[in-house]
Amino acid sequence: MTGFFQTAMRNRSFATGFVITAMVVLMAAVSFLWTPYDVTDLDISAKLKAPGWSHWFGTDHFGRDIFSMIMVGARNSIAVALVAVIIGVGIGVPVGCWASARGGLLDEALMRGNDVIFAFPALLSAVMITAIFGPGAINAIIAIGIFNIPVFARLARGAALSLWPRDFIMAARAAGKNKTRITIEHIVPNMANLLIVQATIAFALGIIQEAGLAYVGLGTQPPLPSWGKMLNEAQTMMSFAPHMAIIPGLAIVITVVGLNLLGDGLRDVLDPRLVRKRD
Amino acid sequence: MIMFLIRKILWATATLAVASVLVFATLEIIPGDPAQVMLGINATDEAIAALRQDLGLNKPVLERYFSWIFGMLQGDFGNSYTYSVPVNELVADRITISLPLALLSLLLSTVIAIPLGLYSASRRGSLADTSIMALSQVGIAIPNFWLALLLVYFLAIWLQLVPAGGFPGWDAGFVVALKSLLLPTISLALPQAAILSRITRSALLETLGEDYIRTARAKGLSTGATIWKHGMRNAMIPVLTILGLQFAYLLAGTIIIENVFYLPGLGRLVFQAISLRDLIVVESVVMMLVATIIVINLIVDLAYLWVDPRLRHRSA
Amino acid sequence: MLDIDGLNLSIGDTPILKDINLSIEPGQILGIVGESGSGKSMTALSAMQLLPEGSKTSGSVHFNQHQLLDADDTLMQDLRGDDIAMIFQEPMTALNPVHTIGDQIAEGIMLHDRAERRDAMARTIGLMERVGLPVSRFPLTRYPHELSGGQRQRVMIAMACAQHPELLIADEPTTALDVTLQAQILQLLRSLVEEQNMGLILISHDLAVVAEMTDQLVVMRNGEIVDQGPTGSILRAKKHAYTAQLAEASSHIPERSQPPVLSELATEAGLAPLICGRQLIRDYPTKRSNLFTPAKPFRAVDGVDVTVYPGQTMGLVGESGCGKSTLARMLLALDPPTSGSIRFNDLELTTATVDELQAARRNIQVVFQDPFSSFNPRHKVERLVAEPLYLEPGLSVAEKQNRVVAALEEVGLQASALSKYPHQFSGGQRQRLAIARALITRPALIIADEPVSALDVSIRAQVLDLLTELRERLGLAYIFISHDLSVVKALCDEVLVMDTGRIVEHGNASDIFDNPQSAAAKMLVEATPDLERALQNRPSGSR
Repeated sequence: MTGFFQTAMRNRSFATGFVITAMVVLMAAVSFLWTPYDVTDLDISAKLKAPGWSHWFGTDHFGRDIFSMIMVGARNSIAVALVAVIIGVGIGVPVGCWASARGGLLDEALMRGNDVIFAFPALLSAVMITAIFGPGAINAIIAIGIFNIPVFARLARGAALSLWPRDFIMAARAAGKNKTRITIEHIVPNMANLLIVQATIAFALGIIQEAGLAYVGLGTQPPLPSWGKMLNEAQTMMSFAPHMAIIPGLAIVITVVGLNLLGDGLRDVLDPRLVRKRD
Repeated sequence: MIMFLIRKILWATATLAVASVLVFATLEIIPGDPAQVMLGINATDEAIAALRQDLGLNKPVLERYFSWIFGMLQGDFGNSYTYSVPVNELVADRITISLPLALLSLLLSTVIAIPLGLYSASRRGSLADTSIMALSQVGIAIPNFWLALLLVYFLAIWLQLVPAGGFPGWDAGFVVALKSLLLPTISLALPQAAILSRITRSALLETLGEDYIRTARAKGLSTGATIWKHGMRNAMIPVLTILGLQFAYLLAGTIIIENVFYLPGLGRLVFQAISLRDLIVVESVVMMLVATIIVINLIVDLAYLWVDPRLRHRSA
Repeated sequence: MLDIDGLNLSIGDTPILKDINLSIEPGQILGIVGESGSGKSMTALSAMQLLPEGSKTSGSVHFNQHQLLDADDTLMQDLRGDDIAMIFQEPMTALNPVHTIGDQIAEGIMLHDRAERRDAMARTIGLMERVGLPVSRFPLTRYPHELSGGQRQRVMIAMACAQHPELLIADEPTTALDVTLQAQILQLLRSLVEEQNMGLILISHDLAVVAEMTDQLVVMRNGEIVDQGPTGSILRAKKHAYTAQLAEASSHIPERSQPPVLSELATEAGLAPLICGRQLIRDYPTKRSNLFTPAKPFRAVDGVDVTVYPGQTMGLVGESGCGKSTLARMLLALDPPTSGSIRFNDLELTTATVDELQAARRNIQVVFQDPFSSFNPRHKVERLVAEPLYLEPGLSVAEKQNRVVAALEEVGLQASALSKYPHQFSGGQRQRLAIARALITRPALIIADEPVSALDVSIRAQVLDLLTELRERLGLAYIFISHDLSVVKALCDEVLVMDTGRIVEHGNASDIFDNPQSAAAKMLVEATPDLERALQNRPSGSR
């Protein structure tokens, strides 16, 4: 594992992405213990301050410290996107593997089910779900997570289908192993690379989607800050406090760029074709 | 080929049917009485009973589902509860903003992304390629509503070049109306263009590694002619898939963008309907958007047939 | 005409070619043979200037009066497809799937002769006729996917010969094809060379093919030319050690100390068959062509009987698509027959319970063709080779490891291999690993599906020796599937010839080769290149 990490860090995309992602995660972790100011502290006398020494990123219209809000918001963004990815992987991958192993009608039915979910634009349905079941972080997670399922199911099914006719799978069948066992021992480990890369991409998308939901008021509820909600609040202050909009947006962009770079880097580092070239 | 078409159309219809059940069921499983939900907590019992009657909530579920479906098939989407007008009137009104917005964004993102992607791939490793790819990496990460805020700040508030929001209506003149759609279009299109350019680039690069590209070079074709005649069409196959997905994404994206720019489009309608709990409108508009997306996917499938002759014979 | 002088090539820091000198005259056929990694393809690509990115060359490549190394693109584009043309190995991927074959052939004509489309198409019709694809049956509007591999290679040849090139380079043009198609394609190439008086560089790994085809021969190894001269004298004299080694390996027959096990004698002696398939049929569903008629299934195996006695080696030959691999999968109980019965010892496999099957599987193991895809790349040798021990539950870790080490030793590998990954082994070593994996449950029958056809000749000879030695020592029976008759002849007691799902001939290996009865067997035997025969057929006294 250390060997892998050292090779990976030689890849520029991976290294940059890793550093950015690590910083965001660290920021979120530290926010549990310490933030420069309390994010629930309203200090009207210090409202709408531009970035400066006492408030690095300035303050909002209630006088809350934006840097502290960014730190706590990171926690929220990461949690929502991460759990949504876990839902997608946890349900999508077994479904995809199952469909490819069984084939026939079941496969057809599951994949058509996927198509139906794909026909609902994720955001629209997220809006619908949160509208009906009420806004909040949990519903945002479910709404985003549901749309990760078909993505991972399709990916897993495609990868598994290309693996099943391989000779080493045939050999395992000749060794009397059943499909479940072969899936666990041979299929899933050989699609792990693809899944890891897709997971980082889904993670990045999840952060943007969470921000979108929060921006329209359907994500995390007050008093906890979230990046999307900060942008929403900034909209009406645009002309006299642009920093309120610029800083949370930058936080989103930097995090997402970091995750995407990490994904790209992983794809290069883990590409089995490259592995073959090396030996 | 005919079989392929028939199959695709059958599947699209089936998908649509399943989707309609899903939409219907989602509203059906709302905790509590829909009439109660729509009217809010302070409603009187009589008002609720009247609305229940109005909505036909006292009829059995199946009957309501089918009357909803058959109504839609005949163009009758029911009456909006809050606006007290037929939903199709509301929609007809709003779609003149949302559809142009989505189509313009798709057009803009395609026009920007495909040439950039192709250029990048053909100059792989050059300074231009690395810069375009770095830029697109950032572009992908920009949430469209944030880009919208920035554009409003710089172009509308600072430089006062375009209106910051609102829509004067197409009656106010084509150019004036188009001008107010300019920023929304750009904010929707740019992040999509970033994705599309990367897909185009990698699709072309993948194609350029194929054996038949070497055959074309061995025939004496120049690099440019090889890319143009043998690379492009094959590379278009994954690009088409993404274009189809993007249209769906753009339609959904209008929901948020229309809110940023105060555009009275479908997205804003859905949004207001949600906050006003006008579920009939929500149901109908969601169903319409889903139908549009299914039709778009069908068109993409047909485009595959045109691009890839192998598909034409798969079941012919 | 083409004169390569002191050519060196390196890609990155890796030297690929060292001091290559060769030349070819109009009307001449020059063969380049060598095993994989010998640099034979790179030599050819340097004449086309289609080398991979990052290639550095020195020396000179002269074509007529042009120096091709570092020639500018305009010159090369004029020469390529007009004066120098090339045919590649893989006909399935060398044609663009989205353009019609007519357009692809006409493209070069329009490009080099600035011909009108109509004239180019007219000439294309002539070319198609010439390569044996009459337009009445193969209209120009066909797409590549509507043609078979052999037909696609003919299209490639038509494309390459469209401009009557002075030099044609064919890089393993028949390696991906069946032997009968190979014979046809080689025949076509030879007649085109005579007709158009062009030079042909034929690159091949197969000595028999170059012995049949070429005037001059270049033998390459590790990027260097080790032997060159007139084909006949080089292959007869075998002066160079490597040439001699290649020649020996390509017609290698493993020595055996025991007499062949023949079915007739086995029946007389009252031996019970080891495995016995009766009236085996396997249908595959196809897509229906329209809504109203049900799809007609494709019958891959059509009423096959097969019997193998203990210790017997049964060859199964036939062209690709004849159903031999499907038959193998059924005998392995991986694919259920549509109808028919398979008895292994006393067990009926088609109706056996899971537990009974597990017990039978211990006695039937398998070796596949491609040593690169037959192992899970993420597992180490210890786990890979031990996989069939799943059939013997209850073994301790130490017992398992002992068994793996024993199996590795059987195939000539060391215990130090245990903790390595498959990619750390060469192709030949991996095939040894595959055999070790098959041996570990001490089976009575090994079904080997083309186990040596992906290997270089010298490694192939070693693996054949190993298989023979194991058979004699362990009393194994083999079902040996191959499209390569020379390999089957070297190894098998009896042979089944398969054609379109049926067994068309069954007999002793030597009888079938010396005196084939069925049309399919005759075609196979005739088309199979044979080094000795090719050398005898060369006009004696000529080169």
